[in-house]
Amino acid sequence: MRTFLPVTLAAGVALSPCCGQAESKLSLRSVSIDLPPGDRTFPDGPGADAMNNNCLACHSAGMVLNQPALPKAEWEAEVNKMRTAYKAPIDAKDVGAILDYLVSTKGAGG
Amino acid sequence: MARASPRRSLLSRRCLLETAGGATLALASPPALADAVVKLPLPGGPDERQITTAFPEKGALILQRTRPPLLETPFEVFDQSVFTPNDRFYVRWHWAVIPTQIDVGSFRLAVRGHVAKSLSLSLDAILALPRVGLVAVNQCSGNSRGYFQPRGPGGEWTNGAMGNARWTGVRLKDVLDRAGVKAGAAQVRFNGMDEPVVAEAPDFMKSLDIDHARDGEVMIAYAMNGQQLPLLNGFPLRLVVPGWYSTYWVKMLNDIEVLDQPDTNYWMTTAYTIPDTPHASIRPGQTGVKLVPISRMVPRSFITNIKPGDKLRAGAETLARGIAFGGDAGVSRLEFSSDGGKSWQQTQLGTDEGKYSFRQWQIRFTLPAAGEHLLKVRCTSSSGEVQPDTPNWNPAGFMRNVIEQIAIVAA
Repeated sequence: MRTFLPVTLAAGVALSPCCGQAESKLSLRSVSIDLPPGDRTFPDGPGADAMNNNCLACHSAGMVLNQPALPKAEWEAEVNKMRTAYKAPIDAKDVGAILDYLVSTKGAGG
Repeated sequence: MARASPRRSLLSRRCLLETAGGATLALASPPALADAVVKLPLPGGPDERQITTAFPEKGALILQRTRPPLLETPFEVFDQSVFTPNDRFYVRWHWAVIPTQIDVGSFRLAVRGHVAKSLSLSLDAILALPRVGLVAVNQCSGNSRGYFQPRGPGGEWTNGAMGNARWTGVRLKDVLDRAGVKAGAAQVRFNGMDEPVVAEAPDFMKSLDIDHARDGEVMIAYAMNGQQLPLLNGFPLRLVVPGWYSTYWVKMLNDIEVLDQPDTNYWMTTAYTIPDTPHASIRPGQTGVKLVPISRMVPRSFITNIKPGDKLRAGAETLARGIAFGGDAGVSRLEFSSDGGKSWQQTQLGTDEGKYSFRQWQIRFTLPAAGEHLLKVRCTSSSGEVQPDTPNWNPAGFMRNVIEQIAIVAA
């Protein structure tokens, strides 16, 4: 053990005895938790209803809202992936509105 | 994201660190942090993320997505210990149907398929098998995706979709041997208890070649840093595939199937594939590239105690420190540059916790003159692999490992 990393090594070393102790008498306990619902809806705008009705069953709105601006072709590919690969039951008549919303709120040139 | 909470203040990551004073206070006062927002250095944005304490068994994490959860480890955590605490360890789930109640008495792990005898193992039976432990980095394939240029879709991580832990459990080989793998086995497929919302969607499953699965290193872990796993990190059992990206580290593992054919499921052949090129790198828009499943990790290193824009004293000795890992090998050399990469100095390496672990490093350096300076770190693995000078690019945003650099000002 070297001594030239006093701060960081101390933190690392501090874990070891506690690990050893815990492992020697390790027994597992049942777990019951609640996860946050992630029920925020999409900001208003043309197509927001289509977004709320088709996207939020599988993932929270933040997944989309945290995406960078993407060209329309990439948004089309994403929506297509959700429908074909991930089997999202998106109503065909809503696809246009979803794309319009994505391109108008998260679109990029190209 | 979960519930609209008023944003009390807009804080930069650096500002937050100074305000919160590190992990101790962060955990002691979650209400203040629950309202905090960080600005991530994501080119082109959106760069604001909430710091959340809303997830059970987890402390303050960067909220990338509420459901299914994507939670990123704030980078200052990596300066506090070579081990990433369980409650600050990042979280990544593919599908939203995640069991929230696990009864340790009734849980069973199935081992089946191309085996002599199918097994249904209780946790007691698994705990009774020979216990092994190892320290290993768990890193998302898409860690640092947010830094790709041009940007791409996906979890827009900065550098915190990784962590280092001491894993305790049993050898996968020992479990497979109890079932008796039959001749002609090709791969072993791993499935967890999470499920897609839409029944027809592809269940998340990953496979390893039979020889890899039986190498004696791949583990079924029931503890992480000496404690049972947080549910969001895979309680009660998680596969540990040392040196390989986390996509293979199947969480809430309850089904192991030995296959006599290579696995063709979506998550092996379509998702998590990379260009079969050096550094998995192609030009944006390039087509006709052979794709292969992502596999082993590559070297990375980070400065953890100095942040972009920090002001240092010219002519005064300064400590730089951080972490490195070799990917699927150890760290043999960690070099530091304070002149933008023109010259490099060897750093001092910390305790070797094993070849798959983070390795701490430190160096004292002096900036000769006032002005802007570019600090860099470069890891060479024990297999001779060096971090590249230029960033790789692929549409999925996988396997970033370019030499990191931090611009600072000396005065």
